[in-house]
Amino acid sequence: MNYKNIIPALMITGAIAVMTPSCSSKVPDATVKTNAEAVVTPGVAVEVKDGVVTLSGNVNNDADKASAEAAVKNLDKKSGVKSVVNNIAVTPPPPPPASVTTTLDAATQQKVMDGIKDIKGVTVTFTADKAVLTGEVSKADRMKIMQMLAAAKVKSDVSQLMDKK
Amino acid sequence: MSLQDKYASLLDAAKNMGVANLSVAEQGGALHVSGTANSTADYDALWNMYSQIDPNMASGDLMMNIDIKANAGASLKVTTDSTNLNIRSVPSTEGEIVGKAAHNEVVTLVEKTDDSWWKIRTAAGEEGYAYAQYLSPM
Repeated sequence: MNYKNIIPALMITGAIAVMTPSCSSKVPDATVKTNAEAVVTPGVAVEVKDGVVTLSGNVNNDADKASAEAAVKNLDKKSGVKSVVNNIAVTPPPPPPASVTTTLDAATQQKVMDGIKDIKGVTVTFTADKAVLTGEVSKADRMKIMQMLAAAKVKSDVSQLMDKK
Repeated sequence: MSLQDKYASLLDAAKNMGVANLSVAEQGGALHVSGTANSTADYDALWNMYSQIDPNMASGDLMMNIDIKANAGASLKVTTDSTNLNIRSVPSTEGEIVGKAAHNEVVTLVEKTDDSWWKIRTAAGEEGYAYAQYLSPM
């Protein structure tokens, strides 16, 4: 018998014995993770340890939190999910930005007209939802006009506002 | 290219400058950006970037409503081209003129009434509403 080969063979067998978990048909954690990630809502992070799926991350509402958990639990047994721990946080979306445009009521129209009062070369007319500026202005004045419109939260059409030559 | 991509350098600059309450959302074909800049210099830098990305700012695809941090008691410089700034009894050009601040004069902020009109007080004690466009936090 060739004893020289037994020791490495035993070492390899031992290594395999240590590395292989007791249940021989277990799905690797990495595969479970891939399977879970395929079904969760965006914003959800997936970690897997020994088939236990832990969900974390942020979603907009409770419904999304619940549906992520349900989707993972719904996976076929072959996906390897043993159980689900749901640590997803619900963070409502931020409020709409303050720059959302105002309606062009009389007060807003007055604001725009006040804003261009001291700027030479520009006139304004109003459509249902936009201030239409026409004329010729310098670059510096154009900047002032755009800043004023932004402060008044007004949608504008400056296609007829030309550069002063 | 999405609007967030188009204006990526502007959005990055805003974050790096520490614009407070920075809010970015795409709505109705435009990118809405709002927040409070720490200084007039930061505000100007963001507007310059806008005009570089979108020449003449003509696309109408960015609604940038950034105001400048200024608390009651802050000093403001009058930035009219050369003329005096009218101080009025109410926040509207309909309001009676109760005082004037000269070009480059420094006044004190009493209250930011809204985005277009601020209540101010001059060194001479005149108090009323002036057009915010011509008031720069120092």
